[in-house]
Amino acid sequence: MVERYVMSIDQGTNSTRCILFDHHGRLVSVAQREHQQHFPRPGWVEHDAVEIWRNLQRIMPEALSDAGVGAGEIAAIGIANQRETTVLWDRRTGAPLGRAIVWQDTRTGPLVEGLRDQPGDEFFIERCGLAPSTYFSAPRIRWLFDHVKGLAQRAEDGEVLIGTMESWLIWNLTGGAGGGLHITDVTNASRTMLMNIRTLTWDEELLAFFGVPRPMLPEIRSSAEGYGDADAVLPGVRITAALGDQQAALFGQTCFSPGEAKCTYGTGSFLLLNTGTDVVRSRNGLLTTVAYKIGDQAPVYALEGSIAVTGSLVQWFRDRLGLIGSAPEIETLARTVEDNGGCYIVPAFSGLFAPHWRSDARGVIVGLTSYITKGHLARAVLEATGWQTREVVDAMNADFSVALKQLKVDGGMTADNLLMQFVADVLDVPVVRPMVSETVSLGAAYAAGLAAGYWPDLEVLRRNWHRAGQWLPDMDPERRESEYDNWKRAVERSLGWIKPPRST
Amino acid sequence: MAGPVQSIERAAAILRLLAGGPRRLGLGEVAASLGLAKGTAHGILRTLQHVDFVEQDAATGKYQLGAALLHLGTSYLDVNELRSRSINWADALAARSGEAVRLGTPLEGNVLVIHHVFRPDDTLQTLDVGSLLPLHASSLGKVLLAFGTAPLEPALEVGLEAYTRHTLVVPEQLTRALAEIRELGWAAEVQEMSMGEAGVASPIRGHGGLVVGAISLSGPVERICDSQGRPRPSLITLLREAARAISRDLGATRW
Repeated sequence: MVERYVMSIDQGTNSTRCILFDHHGRLVSVAQREHQQHFPRPGWVEHDAVEIWRNLQRIMPEALSDAGVGAGEIAAIGIANQRETTVLWDRRTGAPLGRAIVWQDTRTGPLVEGLRDQPGDEFFIERCGLAPSTYFSAPRIRWLFDHVKGLAQRAEDGEVLIGTMESWLIWNLTGGAGGGLHITDVTNASRTMLMNIRTLTWDEELLAFFGVPRPMLPEIRSSAEGYGDADAVLPGVRITAALGDQQAALFGQTCFSPGEAKCTYGTGSFLLLNTGTDVVRSRNGLLTTVAYKIGDQAPVYALEGSIAVTGSLVQWFRDRLGLIGSAPEIETLARTVEDNGGCYIVPAFSGLFAPHWRSDARGVIVGLTSYITKGHLARAVLEATGWQTREVVDAMNADFSVALKQLKVDGGMTADNLLMQFVADVLDVPVVRPMVSETVSLGAAYAAGLAAGYWPDLEVLRRNWHRAGQWLPDMDPERRESEYDNWKRAVERSLGWIKPPRST
Repeated sequence: MAGPVQSIERAAAILRLLAGGPRRLGLGEVAASLGLAKGTAHGILRTLQHVDFVEQDAATGKYQLGAALLHLGTSYLDVNELRSRSINWADALAARSGEAVRLGTPLEGNVLVIHHVFRPDDTLQTLDVGSLLPLHASSLGKVLLAFGTAPLEPALEVGLEAYTRHTLVVPEQLTRALAEIRELGWAAEVQEMSMGEAGVASPIRGHGGLVVGAISLSGPVERICDSQGRPRPSLITLLREAARAISRDLGATRW
């Protein structure tokens, strides 16, 4: 039997994709299906887990037939997934109990505010590396127990299973109600607020705090190891990897050494820094998370800085202000002027994330004069992404002993040359773009192929990484400092805009 | 000789009708005004909408002239948009061919490099996005000239500068080469811009087959060409596949 490709599944927020990669890490075929976004109430975001499973059953054979490849030529399957999105299902029937609650869903906002107050961030950071946020799964489980009658008891009795999307898909792929594997990997488990960041096991105190019964939780496994064979869709093919999407991108960018970092520029942006086998506790507003764990090797950790609004600021500029017809035109408009004309935009649309974590901030445009044109505004839109990256990198350099030497980038905004040059200018380090931009899928494939022996070691994967483009810093240091100072003063003006509700 | 094409006549009538008044018109009004069946009028309106000559109001469903008609003389595809839409295919082409990839569009008598993917060998290379290449001495430029994306006459008026002894400097030579490029669907540049360097390029097409830019592979002549100095067929195949894939993404149907 010839085993020639690795299959990667990326279960993302908007779509599910199946990509085949060859030995050189080159993309061979892609099949993709979008799923519906449900917004039942303001702030609520849900996905239909059954729809996602059906999509996967269609795209896996599609990816094979597009490449003219048989199931026997697949060496292994790896899965990357949208993190923190949570689904509950019936162990016996396999039917989900309601729709999956998506990471963007803010229904647990009041609950989370309460947790930050009592017992306070420290209690959680000490155990799971995370301060409470609406992103993470545990507050969501608590919310469900509080709002769905009888659910807590059914969970206690072992009738209900819970998982993030990789757990749901692996359970279904390996037999579902007829003996499917109920597992998760350390990277996904590290985003639940229920896993102890040091022992990598479910933390008894956190389970007790959130009232989560042990029987409903998946078993925590390594990110890359033989989980089991598929039973459905591609029977007999090994499933050997699962990672959260941002960790998968870090892996796909081959950031295997401490001090290596990547930033994925999408709607929001996620910067992850490999900190090696040490758990680095951030003093500057970053999250501590598991980067990956290969087989029985020691886990590798990462610091993560998430920026809420980057690409979505360009979308806002296009859809709400109507100043451009398509997102890439922002660069054309920005190039009609030499500089920002003294104008800065702080896109704190729903507060500021890392490193500020201020929910009372709202967006501001400062420095407006009669001189400012839409070109200057376009510059300010792009520069906001650059400065927000700089703030996160500053926090990382303060938290970690190895200063950033270069930034690997991926995601849609890397097509914007003006922005990438600006990022290099304000960070004062080279910014490099890899030849395979599908780093999330590639990371899952790499982890899967590594566990299956398709690739021998990390060195080989490193050699597969090639530079497609590079931007070198080219900004006068004085100008960099004065512009950064202006940006910081703009951020100050965004803080505290939302007043606390008046108590009666 | 074939007679006038009826659907184009009707499309012209619809555009004149929409241009006639300040008001948006519904499908029924357009059909009734021109004596067309609703289905016919709808088909033409949808096609005109597809090429951005007509816009439909989202709330009322009524039609008006599209903004694209006002800018008929200027390039309809933003260069940054073209880069954004091509980037995955250009990366794949560089990965498969092992050579550097560039995209070009015309700018004031030159080729503007709008995208550049490094040769995947991790040697020191510098992005040359924004730099200009001569139309007649580069494979990108020859494609743009051959398919009418850049006009030939101004280039000939300025005179064809010799960059090497292989540069096509005689207008008749260039015209013949362009005819051959139209025939083949790709252009080559063998030591015409600088000695030791070669490149091949293919057109990128948008709606209706209009050529909006070109994509090229380039590198040392001994890697791009075989021992006879002819571009390697395997590279041409990869190049044309990438050009077709980008064209399909941009809405060209037949390529």
